Amino acid sequence: MGLTARSVVEISTARLQRGMAARWREWGELAVQALLFFAAMVSVFTTIGIVAVLLVEALPFFQQVSLKEFLLDPQWTPLFAQKHFGIMPLVAGTFLTSAVAVALAMPVGLLSAIYLSEYASPRVRAVLKPALEILAGIPTVVYGYFALLTVTPLLKRIIPDLETFNALSAGLTMGVMIIPLISSLSEDALYAVPSSLREAAYALGATRLEVAVRVVIPAALSGIVASFILAASRAVGETMIVAIAAGQRPTLTLDPRRAIETMTAYIVQVSLGDTPHGTLEFRTIFAVGLVLFLITLVLNLIAIRIIERYREVYR
Amino acid sequence: MGHRQRRELLGKLFEGIALAATVFGLLVLAFLLLDVARRGLGVLSWSFLTSYPSRFPEQAGIRSALLGTVWVIPLTALFAVPLGVAAAIYLEEYAPRNRLTRLIELNINNLAGVPSIIYGLLGLELFVRAMRLERSILAGALTLSLLILPILITASREALRAVPMSLREAAFALGATRWQVIRHQVLPVAFPGILTGMILALSRAIGETAPLITIGALTFIAFDPKSPFDKFTVLPIQIFNWVSRPQAGFHARAAGAILVLLAALLSMNGLAIYLRYRSQRRYQW
Repeated sequence: MGLTARSVVEISTARLQRGMAARWREWGELAVQALLFFAAMVSVFTTIGIVAVLLVEALPFFQQVSLKEFLLDPQWTPLFAQKHFGIMPLVAGTFLTSAVAVALAMPVGLLSAIYLSEYASPRVRAVLKPALEILAGIPTVVYGYFALLTVTPLLKRIIPDLETFNALSAGLTMGVMIIPLISSLSEDALYAVPSSLREAAYALGATRLEVAVRVVIPAALSGIVASFILAASRAVGETMIVAIAAGQRPTLTLDPRRAIETMTAYIVQVSLGDTPHGTLEFRTIFAVGLVLFLITLVLNLIAIRIIERYREVYR
Repeated sequence: MGHRQRRELLGKLFEGIALAATVFGLLVLAFLLLDVARRGLGVLSWSFLTSYPSRFPEQAGIRSALLGTVWVIPLTALFAVPLGVAAAIYLEEYAPRNRLTRLIELNINNLAGVPSIIYGLLGLELFVRAMRLERSILAGALTLSLLILPILITASREALRAVPMSLREAAFALGATRWQVIRHQVLPVAFPGILTGMILALSRAIGETAPLITIGALTFIAFDPKSPFDKFTVLPIQIFNWVSRPQAGFHARAAGAILVLLAALLSMNGLAIYLRYRSQRRYQW
């Protein structure tokens, strides 16, 4: 069958169209890829935005308040007539509540991780693990309510000179909140330890406890430490529990029975007040925010680094 | 008692302590819920849901807070979900293994650990002031979107990773382009997982208080928001406000509002668990 001129034209047009369609498809593919890449970059822009915002507002603050005063003055009274800009009391308050929280959550979280990974049957584990996760899903304002209206009155019966607002109740409640963070991450680390290590220890006659404490925990130690650091970072940045239950009195103290103020609670206090934007008083929250961001950044990066390393070891 | 017996006994003792530690959190949780229910159940009524806040505890309700939450959360989903899923698709399906990708991943991991109140400071300067959105629903939703983005990306990546490679390879072998493979093969299979992640991320957003206080969401709103540019309050802020007052009447109102918030969270999580269960049954490889 010979080709007529017309069919030759038809075929070549069809080829051309197919070629154009292919080219369009390529362009479409590239456009989609560019859009997706942009979406992924939004997270990078977010970090840049956070750093920029904190610096833009904090730098004018540091032009008026020397870094020396900020770091060394033992008083924080920017909203009073007699102004002091020493961040130490806020850092001490944050440290105190976080230390109480981590002191509670570390042993409890690690013990439950060991129980879930080494003792619990798969069925018990399947029930307990998600149940524990619920603790992490409860809004922090609810924990704040709990700390102020339930935990503090209970503790007052045991410790009569406990103040109404205090670091202890806030810290303990925060500790309960971060238990699942520690238990879940630590359990991942324990679970990742190869069973051949356990079997070897059992073969040598070790009991379950000895296997857990002398073999599994040392092997998973880096992951456990990472979970502690992440929990600490979470406690340092936690806001509502301390804003509700720990008080608004910046105090340079390590006594958990007293009212204190954390960095986060101070930011809330100023946000709720009527301090005008653009004043030195208002800029304090960005200076405080910058310190808070830097502390959590360092903690997060250390923890991320450790987690990545132990993942590599047992893969 | 023999040496071996003593070691076994010690082991039993330890098992008991470890179990007690595991149950401890759950007991506290049960205690918390009972405590809130005891104080808050008496408050729940139709008028509690439909009244504006008030200076008088017995008249105060959560109407404006509930409406605020109902406005903010879907808007947050509208902004955050497409961005989060798109970012996850890029990182799972396209991204080359290079330093930029490493940086993006490290950055997302870190953002997940940035305190929520810092997002509030960002929202205040970027959305409320620079973009002149004022203390609006829109500014709140944008702030919360950035906050839940890392959670969404991580959850969506896990859902995408769970899709077997063979599915992609089969489609590529038939001549499909990368985007065609993703759109017609990968996304439908990953959809239930992405949906679950979305619900979990939004249940984080629904309980967030601090960033919205920082951008200046108000505690006293006695009107119904009509557009995304209106001022607003949300349930957690209303709870915070009532808890912070000295009168026991307001504490009971706070407990009532907490019950409403927890009910919303519970139904969202129940839905997520149901979806996960259904998707596990549907696809078996």
